[in-house]
Amino acid sequence: MSPAILVLLALGLGLAGWIAARSRAYALSAKEGKRLHSLPSYHAWYVGLWAFVPAVIVALIWSAVSPQLVLAAMLSDPAAASLPAFGMTRNSILGEALGVASGSMQAVFDQRAAALVEPARAAMTKYTIIGVVLTLVVGFIGGAWSFLKLRPDFTARTRVERMVMALLLIASLVAIFTTFGILASLIFETARFFGMINPIDFLFGTHWSPDPMRDPAFANGEDYGALPLFWGTIYIGAIIAMLVAIPLGMGSAIYLTQYASPTLRKWMKPILEILAGVPTVVYGYFAALTVAPFIRDVAQGIGISSASSESALAAGLVMGVMIIPFVSSMADDSIAAVPAAMRDGSLAMGATQSETIRRVLVPAALPGIVAGVMLAVSRAIGETMIVVMAAGASANLSANPLESMTTVTYQIVAMLTGEGSFDHPATLSAFALGMVLFAVTLALNFIALRVVKRYREAYE
Amino acid sequence: MKMNMMEPNTAEAETAGDAPSPKISARDVSVYYGEKKAIDNVSIDVFTRYVTAFIGPSGCGKSTFLRTLNRMNDTISSARVDGEILLDGEDIYRSKMDVVQLRARVGMVFQKPNPFPKSIYENIAYGPRIHGISSTKSELDGIVEQSLQRAGLWNEVKDRLNDSGTALSGGQQQRLCIARAIAVDPEVILMDEPCSALDPIATARIEELIDELRGRYAIVIVTHSMQQAARVSQRTAFFHMGNLVEYGKTSDIFTNPREERTKDYITGRYG
Repeated sequence: MSPAILVLLALGLGLAGWIAARSRAYALSAKEGKRLHSLPSYHAWYVGLWAFVPAVIVALIWSAVSPQLVLAAMLSDPAAASLPAFGMTRNSILGEALGVASGSMQAVFDQRAAALVEPARAAMTKYTIIGVVLTLVVGFIGGAWSFLKLRPDFTARTRVERMVMALLLIASLVAIFTTFGILASLIFETARFFGMINPIDFLFGTHWSPDPMRDPAFANGEDYGALPLFWGTIYIGAIIAMLVAIPLGMGSAIYLTQYASPTLRKWMKPILEILAGVPTVVYGYFAALTVAPFIRDVAQGIGISSASSESALAAGLVMGVMIIPFVSSMADDSIAAVPAAMRDGSLAMGATQSETIRRVLVPAALPGIVAGVMLAVSRAIGETMIVVMAAGASANLSANPLESMTTVTYQIVAMLTGEGSFDHPATLSAFALGMVLFAVTLALNFIALRVVKRYREAYE
Repeated sequence: MKMNMMEPNTAEAETAGDAPSPKISARDVSVYYGEKKAIDNVSIDVFTRYVTAFIGPSGCGKSTFLRTLNRMNDTISSARVDGEILLDGEDIYRSKMDVVQLRARVGMVFQKPNPFPKSIYENIAYGPRIHGISSTKSELDGIVEQSLQRAGLWNEVKDRLNDSGTALSGGQQQRLCIARAIAVDPEVILMDEPCSALDPIATARIEELIDELRGRYAIVIVTHSMQQAARVSQRTAFFHMGNLVEYGKTSDIFTNPREERTKDYITGRYG
């Protein structure tokens, strides 16, 4: 059963309520001959929302629940007794029966499914009718209850205000609950992983070579040392990339806020912001196809024969370019937020422009700049495409930027798309890595927000 | 307007024996913001050991004119200055003029106290450091103490020189800004409505300070308060619509103005 139909039904009820309430409000005002407390449109919205919102909630819940009910009905059918026990075959048979019953498939391939089509169709019809009736009843009750409350002095205006506020609250809660949901699943899978592999081995071991084909019973903590991944992530994302992004980002922010003419600034800022809009996969192949071979050729040209075509340097450089806009736009905002009186005060002391920038503006804007850098770091260490394409796959614990290195994000991709089953420690390690990454970026964002908050207090 | 130029009056007790040559001498100065003329042909002389007050209604150009005296208008890209402004006989708008040196000689205090978000000590030491005035730490300490002494702030802050300058009260912040300006040993101090953000007690304190500082510097103060001009200044210039209407001894301006417009403004008929 399609949830869209039920939602449309709820919408129709809401519209009907809206129109009915509106004409009722006009009738009331005409009959009593005096002004209503609220405009007719508020009465209309009040009833419309009361008809629509409860109905749509019921519709959505029912859409989530009814497939389970249909399945239960099919399994309780005598024909289901002959189904094989093995999960995959069983599921595909049930799926075929459902597909034919709902009309999305022409015929069954597996004859065992044929017997289930009829019970599936019957159950679907039954639960669809129940869903429609339930939605209509709830919507009607909501609409009727609110409709009966309409009076000339009914405070529909304030009530609509409150309902709008409640809807906005729900909208914001959706994002929050999603975050918690993701976190909960991460924690759950990570706990499963740590049930198989000792966390100490994982966090402090220096050898990373999980084998998804090996029997999980023999999974060895020695193969799950993630330190080289953490190092690769920090080396590429927090060291090499920042060596590129901080000077260039700061330089462009200072130039744009202090030296550039308004016309030039108007042109340059949007162009710089385009950098932030380039898809990371484009940066990825730029790193892999242009920068990495160039670095290898230069390294070999100066006599380093071991230089590989995948290197931490290539990935780090390109990532640094990618996050220039993050650093520069935060630095730009915080330098621009330093009161003009500071700059004037310094200039009036006989300081030159560059002395003023170095000694007054940048120190005053430092909290904002630091926060920008932290956000940029958290962005860089979570970045995936560039390292997948340019950094390589070998877990090296090395300080040589010309060597191939791997990062947490790369290994998450590799482990999840590998051949291991979902209960193998090699696959589950992706969740533990994700958990570490999540914790680190959360901490960085938290610190950055705190720093920005302190900075705001200082200037407002 | 050039007839307004005044010789220092030897009859005034507190300024007896003053050298008559002006510290700053503006000749036919006009200021434009883009096409708009903000100051029209102003000529005025400012003398050391005098407090010169600029008064006039809002938007009359007195602050604009003040900012031409140390070329702070340079920071506004659309501003253009015509005419001549001489500091000790040298045109400050000539192409070879070192603006950095000029601003060290002609300091400025702003309407709203604007201490740097640094310690009290660092606020004062800022100027001497960038100009290389002190070579040793003890010399710098001396300058900081002396500047704070002269600004009448030393006793209040001597035990907390490392606290942030922004943590002081408004009046203290403004005296800190005055101390900061004094620290580079300027010859002229420009004050752009220095008390407009302060309460009456802090204002009185600043006015006393201005009177004390008069002995060493030429002080030019822009003010909205005619009482303040009358209290602190020896010379008053009345600006109106970008023109210098009248310039003379403060006592004359307030008791016996020559121009009708000055009289109207002072008696509160407009502005």
